[in-house]
Amino acid sequence: MSLLRQLTRGLQALTNRAAADRNVADEVDDYLENARAAHLARGLSPDEALRAARIEVGGVTNVKEQVRSYGWENAVETMLADVRYAFRRFRGNPGVTIVTVVTLAIGIGASTAIFSAVNPILFESLPYPGAKRITMISDMGADGSPVDVTFGTYRELLQRSHSFDAMAVLNTWQPTLVGRADPDRLDGQRVSGDYFRVLGMSPMLGRNFTSADDRANGPRVVILSNALWRNRFSADRDIIGRSVKLDDDDYVVIGVMPATFENVLAPSVQIWAPLQYSTVFGPDSREWGHHLRMIGRMRAGVGLAQARDELGAIARTPRGDFPRVPWASLKSGLLVHSLQDDVTSGVRPVLLAVLGAVILVLLIACANVTNLLLASSARRRGEFAMRSALGARRTRLTQQLLTESLLLAIVGGALGMLVAELGVRALVALSPAGLPRVGVIRLDAAVFAFGLVVTTLVGLSVGVIPALRASREELNLGMQQASQRTTGGHQATRKALVVTEVALAVVLLIGAGLLLRSIRTLLEVNVGFDPSHVLTMQVQESGHRFQQDSAAGDSARYEFFAEALGAVQQIPGVTAAAFTSQLPLSGDFDGYGVQFENDPNANATGSALRYAVTPSYFATMRIPLLHGRLLGAEDRAGAPRAALINESFAKREFPHDDPIGKRLGFGPSDGRLYTIVGVVGDVKQSSLADGETDAIYLTPTQWHWVDNRMSLVVRTNGNAAALVPMVRNAIHSVDRNQPIVRVATMDDLVGRSVADRRFALILFEAFGMVALVLAAVGIYGVLSSSVTEKVREIGIRAALGASPESILTLVLGQGMRLTALGIAIGLAASLAATRAIVSMLFGVSRLDATTYLAVVVTLGAVAMIACGVPAWRAARLDPNRALRAE
Amino acid sequence: MQEPNTDVIQGTLDMLILKTLSLQPMHGYGIARRIEQISRDTFKVNPGSLLTALQRLERSGALDAEWRQTENSRRAKFYSLTRAGHKQLGVETEDWTRRASAVARLLKAEG
Repeated sequence: MSLLRQLTRGLQALTNRAAADRNVADEVDDYLENARAAHLARGLSPDEALRAARIEVGGVTNVKEQVRSYGWENAVETMLADVRYAFRRFRGNPGVTIVTVVTLAIGIGASTAIFSAVNPILFESLPYPGAKRITMISDMGADGSPVDVTFGTYRELLQRSHSFDAMAVLNTWQPTLVGRADPDRLDGQRVSGDYFRVLGMSPMLGRNFTSADDRANGPRVVILSNALWRNRFSADRDIIGRSVKLDDDDYVVIGVMPATFENVLAPSVQIWAPLQYSTVFGPDSREWGHHLRMIGRMRAGVGLAQARDELGAIARTPRGDFPRVPWASLKSGLLVHSLQDDVTSGVRPVLLAVLGAVILVLLIACANVTNLLLASSARRRGEFAMRSALGARRTRLTQQLLTESLLLAIVGGALGMLVAELGVRALVALSPAGLPRVGVIRLDAAVFAFGLVVTTLVGLSVGVIPALRASREELNLGMQQASQRTTGGHQATRKALVVTEVALAVVLLIGAGLLLRSIRTLLEVNVGFDPSHVLTMQVQESGHRFQQDSAAGDSARYEFFAEALGAVQQIPGVTAAAFTSQLPLSGDFDGYGVQFENDPNANATGSALRYAVTPSYFATMRIPLLHGRLLGAEDRAGAPRAALINESFAKREFPHDDPIGKRLGFGPSDGRLYTIVGVVGDVKQSSLADGETDAIYLTPTQWHWVDNRMSLVVRTNGNAAALVPMVRNAIHSVDRNQPIVRVATMDDLVGRSVADRRFALILFEAFGMVALVLAAVGIYGVLSSSVTEKVREIGIRAALGASPESILTLVLGQGMRLTALGIAIGLAASLAATRAIVSMLFGVSRLDATTYLAVVVTLGAVAMIACGVPAWRAARLDPNRALRAE
Repeated sequence: MQEPNTDVIQGTLDMLILKTLSLQPMHGYGIARRIEQISRDTFKVNPGSLLTALQRLERSGALDAEWRQTENSRRAKFYSLTRAGHKQLGVETEDWTRRASAVARLLKAEG
């Protein structure tokens, strides 16, 4: 009730000030009149009565003012006046205003965007209950790197380990959904029964997988992702129990995951089916293939170290009831990491470096805003001195300064929000393929508020305090505009800030420079083949006629791939085409153990990459033959097994002998050896930055198993990307139900392999540019105001005969000394700071002199321009006018 | 000799206004006069403080205000007590009585 009254009366006064004022005036006048009448009645003369009444009331105007100033609306009015005044000031000083606002926007926007992206990936725990207890378990390669586990290892650990509540293995699965609409290839996973239990999640509709689902020849059941359920099945709640056709089979939908379920192990997965591996298997079966990822949920109270110890002990002590094969002997032990680490470890260095970079930008932005506000408060010292002399109270002045700073912050913040939103979108678009949890990256309001508050607070405290001090203590000096004597302290602070800005900019630019050189070096790395004009895609077979483990299925596969290749080679413009079981730089990684004949010990645990390729692969990729012969049509099933090895492998294994004619066992020990018939050039398989890996090439028909997905490589004279529809048609002319995926030119793949570094580079470049510009603005601002303040001094110098050149040199020298100091500090800081990006550098030392020199020159040049403008202004100063200026 | 202090005791002006208006609606000057008369000129009311207090009490809902035309065609603002005002007066009176008697007891207490 009274609140309402407060509000309505206040609003009335606010909207109709004249009426409110008249009411107050009328009331006071009435009071005065009553007083006068009372005095008259006591017998005073009219004049005396009026005088007495006036004395009694005590100043009609004062009373009116006093009554009028009651109410919240007065505070609002003052504020509005302040806002209007602030806007007038901003308009009068657009340069400083724009620079301040833009600086704030960039500082807040960039840091918010980066923090928003980094926070869910690096710092938030994964979106699962008890996420800290979820671990990733991998086999360890001879070099200590993680290797996918085999089903055999999983089965043994599941039985023998006691540290886990649940364990699961998973494999990728790419079924084709056939229905009323066009066939749709889905991203799926085949998972063992406890997969969702390990993650602590369960379906929102239907039921979870059970152990009854996950057995060899078990029921064909699937669980759908929420997105697939919505997009393909119109969120039909009756879907449970209905069947969907995947490849050639009917699967019963038993569950739908909730929308909140995030499959961090493979975010794009739309559908899950039970793994259904057999628990009884021989050494040559797929159950001993290293192709499964394994996760486990530790028991409550069990720590990572404890789980590691237990699994390590199991790995060291094979037991008769769990026979192991040589390539899954667990001799090197097992790797146990938290899932969080596993998911983020690849991108952690990049993200931390970027985070560091954006903090530098935020610091520079803070320094710049502070600098600008310091300058403007210094300029206003006279104004505030005058106003306090006229009776303005300090609270009133503070209120006005606060209003101004807050306005800047609000405008800057709003722009910053825009920058942040665009930034987050750009980040997601730019993000390298390996970036986990991209789907949950969105503007983080808390981070945004934090950036806004920090920047504003710094600016506020620095902008308000000096102006107030001026208003109180240096009234006299302020009004005399004795600037040389009073601004000394300010100038020192501002110079220190500029030096800081330059130093921070140096660090950022050196980081950017080092990354740039790394990428250049990387892209110059010889990949071992000619990536230009090559189109690649993965072709899979799908359907019953390719029944696993049947002779008919195998020959149907060979036939399909051979026919498809023939059709592709017929396309005009195609100069060569081939299939390969793994494609360089595509993320494929398929290695097997190698054992040389008559050399039972050496290299027993060594493994080599396996390339099952059609003979034309080398011509298509332009991989050079160094020695011996290439694979040919004669190397078919039944013929003596032939293999090629790569150059560095040959040099290491046969430093003195000719490798040709040597025989080796490769993959499953089926007793049949491969004879080395040739040596080809080294090829980068997983990344440009990698060293050379051992590789063995053989024909698909001479491999122990039959690959059900092969990568097609097509060389053309012209634009490789333009060939896509024709190649697709050619393959579909053979069999239109076979999915074609991962279409990319080889150049794209090379580009993608440097995506992490390019991501970091783009951000460092952007931040480096911002830093450079802000530093230049800072230098310019300080020098420019120093010239303004020293107009008289410069005038005297000029009058005494200083040439324009000497004045130019004087001012330039002042600016460049600051720059040089900043650069020196920045270089020293970089010596330490570049440690943070060392893991992203390639072929360039983090102390690379060229980069450091280039940064010094760039910054020096920019600073020179920033100093040049005020210096030139000073040199052209007319002594006559300068001396009269104050 | 020192002039006697005629300031209204701090914090009691609202209560005095409410008490005065509990008898009948009045305008500002009338309230001031009445307070002075009844207190036998112990208190002199400062018009600025009085009018501001009236403004505040009106805003808070303790008083209602009404403009009336006087015989010589000026506008006069008459205040009257609302129910909330009556309640507030009761509370403040009780509070004041309690404190005043406490002060009185303290002053009377011996040694």
